[in-house]
Amino acid sequence: MANHIQSQASSIPTTKVRPKRSNQQFRENLAGYAFASPMLLGLGVFTLFPIIASFFLSFTNWNFVAGFSKVKFLGLDNFTKLVHDSVFLLSLKNNMILMIVVPLTLIISLVLAVLIDKQVYFKGFFKIVYFIPYISSVVAVAIVFQVLFHPTYGPINQTLMDWGFANPPKWLADPDYALYCVMGLMVWINIGYNMIIFMAGLQSIPKDLYEAADIDGASKMKQFISITIPLLSPTTFFLLVSGIIGTFKAFDVISVLTNGGPANSTNVVVFRLYETAFINLQSGYASAMAIVLLILVLLITLIQWFGQRKWVNY
Amino acid sequence: MNKNKSLKKILLTIVMALFGILFMSPFIWMISASMKPEADVFLFPIQWVPKHWHMVENYKTVWTTKFPLYYWNSIKVSVITTALSVLFSSMAAYAFSKIKFRGSAVIFIIVLIIYMIPSQAILVPQFLLLRWMGLYDTHVGLILLGSFSVLGTFMLRQFYLGIHDEYMESARIDGAGHARIFWTICTPLVRPAIATYAILRFIWTWNDYQNPLIFLRTKTLYTLPLGIHSFADLNGEFYSLIMAASVSAILPLLIIFIIGQKQVIEGISMGGVKG
Repeated sequence: MANHIQSQASSIPTTKVRPKRSNQQFRENLAGYAFASPMLLGLGVFTLFPIIASFFLSFTNWNFVAGFSKVKFLGLDNFTKLVHDSVFLLSLKNNMILMIVVPLTLIISLVLAVLIDKQVYFKGFFKIVYFIPYISSVVAVAIVFQVLFHPTYGPINQTLMDWGFANPPKWLADPDYALYCVMGLMVWINIGYNMIIFMAGLQSIPKDLYEAADIDGASKMKQFISITIPLLSPTTFFLLVSGIIGTFKAFDVISVLTNGGPANSTNVVVFRLYETAFINLQSGYASAMAIVLLILVLLITLIQWFGQRKWVNY
Repeated sequence: MNKNKSLKKILLTIVMALFGILFMSPFIWMISASMKPEADVFLFPIQWVPKHWHMVENYKTVWTTKFPLYYWNSIKVSVITTALSVLFSSMAAYAFSKIKFRGSAVIFIIVLIIYMIPSQAILVPQFLLLRWMGLYDTHVGLILLGSFSVLGTFMLRQFYLGIHDEYMESARIDGAGHARIFWTICTPLVRPAIATYAILRFIWTWNDYQNPLIFLRTKTLYTLPLGIHSFADLNGEFYSLIMAASVSAILPLLIIFIIGQKQVIEGISMGGVKG
């Protein structure tokens, strides 16, 4: 996406004002601002202003209950507190573990995309089947998973006990397993989306490459490794980066499935931020977390912009 | 050789179908549970097809709670958000693609940077802002937060860029201004893209949990995701009812998706669109 955004940005013709046509240019300017103004105004009020306010608040100890007169400037105190906040550090670590979701999803969806693209009948039907979790409400889906993973009544553990496991894991109720269950749900939700994008990428690989490989006697597996994978690298890279950013934004899955528990084992940065701001009512401290989140996401985006040239085969 | 190939294809189709069923099993379980009496929900081995049907009663019970209200709230918020978002996005997209105004390049880059800000990083100030504007705990506030989408602007801009300027030139010679060119010439040409974006925006708004959770407090204003969650908290023991509510919430999206699937899938594959 960044690549395509970049090309969009560079394709904007720079406007040159010629004195002769200045009246016409003036009207053109006016029309441009008029058309863009609803969007720009909305973005300014609801996004740009809040982000500036976030920076300001992150240096204060302010909370919702106290009025603006109680704002106290703390300098970098919030940030030094963050470094020693064990729950926040745990949530940061959990975010790092959550990243494993992305390569897992990529592998499964690539295999599915290749198989569905060429090797099966009813292509359209399979596309819908794998895409349905992505369009479903996370809340509804998470409640189903809660039930499926229920330690005693859940179908998963009932099956395991039926197969002779006397003490199956307690899944969402067990701090050692809960994060893996969350990851499983995230993989399941994202497979369809990744698969659709991979399929679009597959369409853009020239067919004659495979024909030539066929003539040379290369096996399907060899073709997959030496044609499909390298030529899909721009798609893979895009999905990898946007997927990683996506794991940092995963709020509803955590909120509905586990509420960050048990014992903070599934707490992540965005959920900790929400708890700090809206449950513990520490707006200033939460804003410091927001700034950390922002920096993390911007870093990943920067890696994307620069990494694209190095690691991607066109 | 050819026969061998199609046999292989049939076999793979069967394997994929089995995997597909496994993949869909949470949904199948959801639908099946929504049609059973509560006592049968956790019976083992799982009764995929209910032995005792309780469908009418379950759905009737769900639909006589606050559920229709949540449904109506979701329809209202999603439809208005989608309409506004499409309008604002297409206007901005037209400005950034077809009007050569001063500063457009710089403004567009600022918009790009805004796009990278994760929504959770600005929740606190947004909350303060909405409270200050008197829009906290209102649908208007929720709708406004969802109506300004950079993503929609990018997506539609690509399509407006694809329109040849000759179309516009002839209209301009006839004396049409930008408003008329936008409305009667360009927008009809990008209608498929607008439909794609509208469907996606509708699905995302319908499923949104985070914003309603933070910006709504009054129960009668809840949208479906929040409604189902509070419903599940209240009826923790009645999974058949929770599943009936979940199925009811997902159903309209499923219908919209199946009708517009070509457009949704094309839209998503076009540039990696993500809410």
